[in-house]
Amino acid sequence: MSIDLSQFLETFYEESFEGLETMEQELLNLESGNHDPETINSIFRAAHSIKGGSGTFGLDSVAEYTHVLETLLDEMRDGRRAVTPEIIAPLLESVDVLRDMLTALRAGEEPDPAPVAASRQKLEAVLGAAGGGDAASAATEATPGAPAAGWQIRFRPHPHLLQTGNDPVRMFRELAELGDLEVEVDTDALPALANLAPEDCYLGWTLTLRGDVAREAVDEVFDWVEGDCDLTITPLDSAPPETPSAPAETAAATPSPAAKADAPAASAPAKKPTRPAEASSIRVAIDKIDELINMMGELVITQSMLSQLGEAEQFGPEHIERLRDGLAQLERNTRELQENVMRIRMLPISFAFQRFPRLVHDLGAKLGKQVELQLSGEQTELDKTVMEKIGDPLVHLVRNSLDHGIETPEQRRAAGKPETGIIHLNAFHEGGNIVIEIRDDGAGLNRDRILAKAIENGLVGPDEHLSDEQIHDLIFAPGFSTAEVVSDVSGRGVGMDVVRKNIRALGGTVEVHSEPGQGSTFTIRLPLTLAILDGQSVRVGKEIYIVPLIAIIESLQVDPEAVKSVTGAAQVYCLRDEYIPIVHLAEVFGVQAEARRLEDGLLVVVEGEGSKIALFVDDLLGQQQVVIKSLETNFRKVDGISGATILGDGTVALILDITGLIGLSRTRATGSDATRAA
Amino acid sequence: MATILAVDDSASMRQMVAFTLKGAGHDVVEATDGVDALNKAKGKRFDLVISDVNMPNMDGITLIRELRSLPAFKFTPILMLTTESTADKKQEGKQAGATGWIVKPFNPDQLLATIRKVLG
Repeated sequence: MSIDLSQFLETFYEESFEGLETMEQELLNLESGNHDPETINSIFRAAHSIKGGSGTFGLDSVAEYTHVLETLLDEMRDGRRAVTPEIIAPLLESVDVLRDMLTALRAGEEPDPAPVAASRQKLEAVLGAAGGGDAASAATEATPGAPAAGWQIRFRPHPHLLQTGNDPVRMFRELAELGDLEVEVDTDALPALANLAPEDCYLGWTLTLRGDVAREAVDEVFDWVEGDCDLTITPLDSAPPETPSAPAETAAATPSPAAKADAPAASAPAKKPTRPAEASSIRVAIDKIDELINMMGELVITQSMLSQLGEAEQFGPEHIERLRDGLAQLERNTRELQENVMRIRMLPISFAFQRFPRLVHDLGAKLGKQVELQLSGEQTELDKTVMEKIGDPLVHLVRNSLDHGIETPEQRRAAGKPETGIIHLNAFHEGGNIVIEIRDDGAGLNRDRILAKAIENGLVGPDEHLSDEQIHDLIFAPGFSTAEVVSDVSGRGVGMDVVRKNIRALGGTVEVHSEPGQGSTFTIRLPLTLAILDGQSVRVGKEIYIVPLIAIIESLQVDPEAVKSVTGAAQVYCLRDEYIPIVHLAEVFGVQAEARRLEDGLLVVVEGEGSKIALFVDDLLGQQQVVIKSLETNFRKVDGISGATILGDGTVALILDITGLIGLSRTRATGSDATRAA
Repeated sequence: MATILAVDDSASMRQMVAFTLKGAGHDVVEATDGVDALNKAKGKRFDLVISDVNMPNMDGITLIRELRSLPAFKFTPILMLTTESTADKKQEGKQAGATGWIVKPFNPDQLLATIRKVLG
């Protein structure tokens, strides 16, 4: 039977990447002084599984490399080797090497041999045995058997042999396949029936095996019962020369990885893996699926209830009552089903967080800073797509905190702070959003230098007065290079403006809050999913727009006295001592509004990234969840619009892009500078 | 054909073993570690158990010892999956009551050839 092993490769890759993550985490645990045997054991287990799997599935280069790694880990596990930083560093490196190898192989490419060889050398240097440490052990069993005309085998099992699951009859059958077998039983030890223990073996045998059979083949038959029997194997007579059989079977019993690589013909079916289809998969906890099935059941019940109603001959008032009940139930079912279907795509954010211990560890060491990373809220769930896209911005922000936020131990000591700085990653749900905080207890943003830089770059006029918040927000402005402002770390291509752009692309926001000497907190707010939005429908003339609920602060009727006109046409609304620019949606989108005067309509005050605007609309309609359809892919990008949706009555409504509208209101107000006029 | 309990914490190995055995017409029950295997073994009979050694929660050696203490598994062939690098585990496994072993890496044909040694 020939089985295509490549079908198991995807599973192998997935579990191997998980294993590598475990290795990485546990290695970091080891480094922080946790020498618990289970820690080392789970590192060993991960490496061991990767080695076993890669050998089995024909990824020889991985198997070979992992063998060295495993040998070292085995010594650590047995306590033969002390756990020191000198060992952990190459081990951590090996995690990266393996990850790269597996990533390349998964993509159907050959791994780059240079880093593999380099890392292998380091591991071997630690092992103190450069070059194939296993050659000696593998050689022992490989002594070629003396040629023989056959074998005489005296086999006397110990009484307990049967209780090891071995069965002499099956062993004889195996011997008979090798050659001509003669079996002679020896019943001397057989007791009287009264004394016979039925589970014990009392028989012995003398076997004569004739034929051109290699000694190893015979040994292999008795391999499992060594120690459970008395066994003597003697050649029948010294017989003709040379057995031609370099036994194919025994090769399987002694595969040193080195030998395997030289003679890959030994494992025939485990050949080159076929390129895996570009399939991304997701692991779903079984309880989520059960919940769905449960919900489906309820939906079926509701459906049958409604269909019964539909079959009624006459439709009376009592039917209406039941119809309403049924519809209410249907609504609940649909909502629950929707929530649970969404949950399938949800993964705990620990998937995004788990790369940070390593990152902070490595970068801290590089920058000469002592940093402790604290994680909380790792179980907070987030849509898989959002998770994948938030990874890079998060890395950037954490690097930024380490780089610019946390001070050197000397500086911290001088400031009267503990030498070890803290970076705290936290995640939680708030409303329909997930909030991710990156908090450090470093020096905080340098207000004056940011302002000076912004003026220098022409982002801010020389005599503009900005609040601290607004100044802090400048670090996200395009063209504001942070690298020169606070410290110099080379090789960082992107700025904070890219971070904000990426987060905005996910429909999220990022803000910074900073206290001099106390540290900074970056707060990212993201929708839980990219597919559905909680929205407030508003009407402007005949058009309906959806305002994301998250952005709305309040809606109010206009008090004409509170409306101030600033230079020209720009209007601001004075709300509790705050001046908020008014944006006429009808003007922005070129539609005909119903309300001519402000007091005939309503203002919806919305906020995005620290700025507020008041949207002037004709009417507020209902709140509802809407399914987001991309306008860009179906039509084209429209300023101030983030997407479209289809309403219950089949009409299309556009979803407002609040941060985009705020940007638009700024450009419209240029010259008058209405935003900051007050 | 035979009913076989296949125990391995690695999903890919487990799938491979199960797929191979099913392809040869056997019934296969899969378990992810010693504890899982023991739960699935209790009150049932198997013609063969194939278990990995190094597993979380309960390793293969302990599993073999526990299985052997169950009357239904007194004579059942139990094979362990080992690697050359953990050769000492063979002896440990034997003392715990293992029938024999299959050395990793192995391919499906080798697996089938080996279990033929212990299936009646």
